Amino acid sequence: MLKIENLHASINGKEILKGVNLEINPGEVHAIMGPNGAGKSTLSSIIAGKEIYEVTAGKITFDGINLLELAPEERACAGVFMGFQYPIEIPGVSMVNFMRTAVNEHRKYRGQEPLLAADFLKLMRDKKALVEIDSKLTNRSVNEGFSGGEKKKNEIFQMAMLEPKLAVLDETDSGLDIDALRIVANGVNKLKTKDNATIVITHYQRLLDYIVPDFVHVLYQGKIVKTAGKELALELEDKGYDWIKKQFD
Amino acid sequence: MSNKEKDQEQILRDVTQTDYKYGFVTDIENDMIPKGLSEETVRLISAKKNEPEWMLEFRLKAYQQFLKMEMPKWAHLNIPEIDLQEVIYYSAPKEKKEVKSLDEVDPELLATFEKLGISLDEQKRLSGIAVDAVIDSVSVKTTFKETLGEMGIIFCSFSEAIKDHPDLIKKYLGAVVPPSDNYFAALNSAVFSDGSFCYIPKGVRCPMELSTYFRINAANTGQFERTLIVADDESYVSYLEGCTAPQRDENQLHAAIVEIIVEKEAEVKYSTVQNWYPGDKNGVGGIYNFVTKRGICRGESSKISWTQVETGSAVTWKYPSCILKGDNSVGEFYSVAVTNNHQQADTGSKMIHIGKNSKSTIISKGISAGFSQNSYRGLVKVLKGAKESRNYSQCDSLLLGDKCGAHTFPYLEVDNRSAIVEHEATTSKISEDQIFYCNQRGIKTEDAIGLIVNGYAKEVLNKLPMEFAVEAQKLLQVSLEGSVG
Repeated sequence: MLKIENLHASINGKEILKGVNLEINPGEVHAIMGPNGAGKSTLSSIIAGKEIYEVTAGKITFDGINLLELAPEERACAGVFMGFQYPIEIPGVSMVNFMRTAVNEHRKYRGQEPLLAADFLKLMRDKKALVEIDSKLTNRSVNEGFSGGEKKKNEIFQMAMLEPKLAVLDETDSGLDIDALRIVANGVNKLKTKDNATIVITHYQRLLDYIVPDFVHVLYQGKIVKTAGKELALELEDKGYDWIKKQFD
Repeated sequence: MSNKEKDQEQILRDVTQTDYKYGFVTDIENDMIPKGLSEETVRLISAKKNEPEWMLEFRLKAYQQFLKMEMPKWAHLNIPEIDLQEVIYYSAPKEKKEVKSLDEVDPELLATFEKLGISLDEQKRLSGIAVDAVIDSVSVKTTFKETLGEMGIIFCSFSEAIKDHPDLIKKYLGAVVPPSDNYFAALNSAVFSDGSFCYIPKGVRCPMELSTYFRINAANTGQFERTLIVADDESYVSYLEGCTAPQRDENQLHAAIVEIIVEKEAEVKYSTVQNWYPGDKNGVGGIYNFVTKRGICRGESSKISWTQVETGSAVTWKYPSCILKGDNSVGEFYSVAVTNNHQQADTGSKMIHIGKNSKSTIISKGISAGFSQNSYRGLVKVLKGAKESRNYSQCDSLLLGDKCGAHTFPYLEVDNRSAIVEHEATTSKISEDQIFYCNQRGIKTEDAIGLIVNGYAKEVLNKLPMEFAVEAQKLLQVSLEGSVG
């Protein structure tokens, strides 16, 4: 589904990613871990299409198409969802209006008619129930005045609404208490099917107790330096990153 | 230049090259007087309109007043010298006699208003709005006159009102905006050609929205119209005003006056969607819009509510105001002013508290893009006797791009210690992070800006009557799409 080959990327002339290779198939959950500054958020931003990064070499294909040639909104409509580490507040824009626009843009991309208001509201109700998000959150402006936990839940709610093929969750666990973490993780698990895939970017093993990965990758100095099963996360939790760093410094 | 910047340039180009939808010219024969301004011009206009002597006197006095005045320079506007001798002060679609029914109206004119989306056909009752259509200098048709007449409501062109209701006009003309008020008010009082008059009798709630639609058509003409609304005790009316003009390379002058008089426990709601031709993307052409709008809450517990959506005009100079004379009277001003490309706007409100316990609210939302300059200017004045009066002002500015300007000039003069006056102001920008967040959810940049701008202006748009709100929302989107940077 997603294939990243020899990806090099820089910001303001500074190279952050130095040859990332990664392949993700439908039905898989991948965790990307690594110390601060390894390039984890850069990788997710590039997949989503944030243009402050310059891709200097390599390619990303998604369902056989060159992802790097698509505008961010086209990537979204093609099925790439990013859960933001710091979700953005948009004062004055109601969640309902925001989601209806987003859902209908997705439908338009697939050649479908916009949803009728009643059908849309029903969809919203169903998804709210699925991800256990409080009704009053969706009556407010996008992320405005939301707590850290509420913002993250709202990300998962949006993911439920848009049903992406690939979800990239960038440090979704940061700033979450244990109950919120469980709700967020449950949401992700419920949305999992054999046809979609998830990339979980995290610092901590904690989240991976709830979202069990098929593969764990360690990103260090702009490269994936180690890939293993879920046991790798436990090992990292236990020993830290120093033993990996030593092999490369 | 990064890709993003290139895209934004492209979007900006696409949008600014979107044609001004109302830029067409109607080919009709006009009865015009020669250009230029003099006492002779004033007499000629009055004669053309077969006006009574008292009206001519009013005009001549105003003209004398005007000669003593100079164009105000205090606004944050950069306007080239306007040569008033180059302006044509009277232009009317020809052969206009008494229009009794729609069949007698020039079909070209009807087509024009159809094109503008305004139905003058009274059979089309669906819209439920009574319209007075003013093209260039004269009112072409007022709809629903008879229906309204049964309730004692007078809704007609200003010219007709001078003939048919001279006592009311004599009593109220210039009562709120005297000719000496300012340069443009004096000019308008001398040369105004038509406009709308509306009188709501005691205790009557006007059953439909009343609306005046202003259209400039002929080249080189100025439009100088007046609107006078009188709401007698315990009456209510909601009034709408819309305006468009053809696309031309030279600037055209529009200097209007709106006066509102509200008696005891009456309420007038006045909404404007101003979409005069704004000029092209290089700032060539466009309407110079100098308007004096003022209402007086004369009676106890009376109320005036101004709502305006200003997206057009090359230059806007406009401060709809309320004189809150009656005890417990209420004044409101809700405004969205959008400037793009090289447009300039200096707009706001004045709230003059005279009566006890009078209340006023000012909500102003400025949106600037391109190379435009957008200023809020407002005065809240509390006189000695205005015990326990209250004002709340909120002025927000939203900037799109980094070549435009937003300015706030609030003036407060409070002479009563029991008054409470609050002022809040914010300035914000649509951030790239907000746009990216929307993009990532599948929403295109133009649509994202539309969502954000409409969200920002919602508080004001909600105050508009339904029919206008939808139009205004679209207008905002068209005026601004893609202008983020």
